[in-house]
Amino acid sequence: MKKLINDPRAVVEESVQGFGLAHANLVTVSTDPTFITRNDAPVSGKVGLVSGGGSGHEPLHAGFVGRGMLDAAVPGAVFTSPTPDQILPATLAVNAGAGVVHIVKNYTGDVLNFETAGELAEAEGVSVRTVLVNDDVAVEDSLYTAGRRGVGGTVLVEKIAGAAAERGDDLEAVAAIGERVNANVCTMGVALSACTVPHAGTPSFDLAEDEIEIGIGIHGEPGRHRIPMENADGITDRLLEPVISDLGIASGDRVLLFVNGMGGTPLSELYIIYRRAAQVLSERGASVKRSLVGNYITSLEMQGCSISVLRLDDELTDLWDAPVHTAALRWGV
Amino acid sequence: MAVLDVTWAVKWLTLSAQAMAEHRAYLIELDRAIGDSDHGENMDRGFQAVLDKLSETPPGTPGVALKLTAMTLMSKVGGAAGPLYGTAFLRAATSLGESAEIDPAALANALAAARDGIVARGKAEPGDKTMVDAWTPAAEAARKAAVDGDVLAVLVAAAEAAEAGAVATDPLVARKGRASYLGERSAGHRDPGAASSALILRAAVGAAA
Repeated sequence: MKKLINDPRAVVEESVQGFGLAHANLVTVSTDPTFITRNDAPVSGKVGLVSGGGSGHEPLHAGFVGRGMLDAAVPGAVFTSPTPDQILPATLAVNAGAGVVHIVKNYTGDVLNFETAGELAEAEGVSVRTVLVNDDVAVEDSLYTAGRRGVGGTVLVEKIAGAAAERGDDLEAVAAIGERVNANVCTMGVALSACTVPHAGTPSFDLAEDEIEIGIGIHGEPGRHRIPMENADGITDRLLEPVISDLGIASGDRVLLFVNGMGGTPLSELYIIYRRAAQVLSERGASVKRSLVGNYITSLEMQGCSISVLRLDDELTDLWDAPVHTAALRWGV
Repeated sequence: MAVLDVTWAVKWLTLSAQAMAEHRAYLIELDRAIGDSDHGENMDRGFQAVLDKLSETPPGTPGVALKLTAMTLMSKVGGAAGPLYGTAFLRAATSLGESAEIDPAALANALAAARDGIVARGKAEPGDKTMVDAWTPAAEAARKAAVDGDVLAVLVAAAEAAEAGAVATDPLVARKGRASYLGERSAGHRDPGAASSALILRAAVGAAA
């Protein structure tokens, strides 16, 4: 596998350095331990928002640091959650006295490390609330697993909770908005190929040329089912159906439709998926009011996509439309 | 006659680091099958950091050595393994207290404390296909061996039980951790966390021999 890297063990460090140089107008990169904060943090009177997780999902999370979204991002090693000794200083750095919300994707490692950091921050007098994102409908039986994973919905939680914090909501209100987004978003993903973790050097799973994995997460782990390749419309239907039924989408619902690329699929194909998904939603009587299409939460160079549907209300729509200025998402400013 | 003092503890951690480096590719391959290919890399990185810390601040007792290990693994490993191994070593350190030398009963208690810490943090039960499946039989075997055996016998019993426990995860369907998302497809593979646990407990024997 060819990769544009220098040293497999320096991938995260060098990438974050480049990110900091490229977006010096928006963010500050701290090293040892590594975390990224928006330039004007802590913002007086504002609730701080911190998210983080394994690297390899770029632009998540550092690409969403800036006005109207995250105050800090904490990158771990590739596909490995960050550690409490990174999360704690990031939390302290963005605390302006109004408390800090941790946005955590539901994976065992992320939960354990953020839990520990949250306890340490509380011990230092910072109020911390956690929004756990678990929008992945591919995980059917939560009783016998670590529960539904946090996937595409994470981007929407970060944008909307970020807007709530920016407009001056207090700690409980920002956390409640984040939880409301999580409760109203469902996601399902597909992989056409595996990805290769730099230090591992071999693909994260083996997939034949004519097979696809349905129900993947974002760490290159295999999905729930392996099926023969289908065309784009067929795959879209397969992904969208469980999302619609789990959310209980009914006629008259207003939704945001998010088609996310996993890193190795061209935008042209994502729009083919979007086309069919929008068609199906409108046949069900749902009204697609907002959209997002692109590579926002990826698995390195994996080919594939995920479809997220968020049920909107007036407030969530306003918060989605609110100005945002980050490296990966920018409008209204 | 083996003496479990601070010299043993440092040697144990050194041999553990060697084992993680030596079996890095093996642990990555196990994790590739049912996880996300990072376990070998993370454990290798974590234990190398432990070695650095031990030479920076040489510990005075086994308890201090294990506590240093706990803090380093928690801050360097990440993922689920970091907090889980960190908690295990921290609970073992607390259980040992300030004693300069460990007797068979104290050793068995420390292993049980480590196992309890992993269960409390990760909320996994025996049979969930996790490192608990290595630590539970190991703690149990250590408790039995400590009744009339010396420290070496306790360490050997723990290591053998952990190795058998790791092998016994092969047919299990994972119910906790990253592999649980695979459902039935996780059967037929060894749990990487149980495998690394067995390597660490085997290193404890090597350090005492």
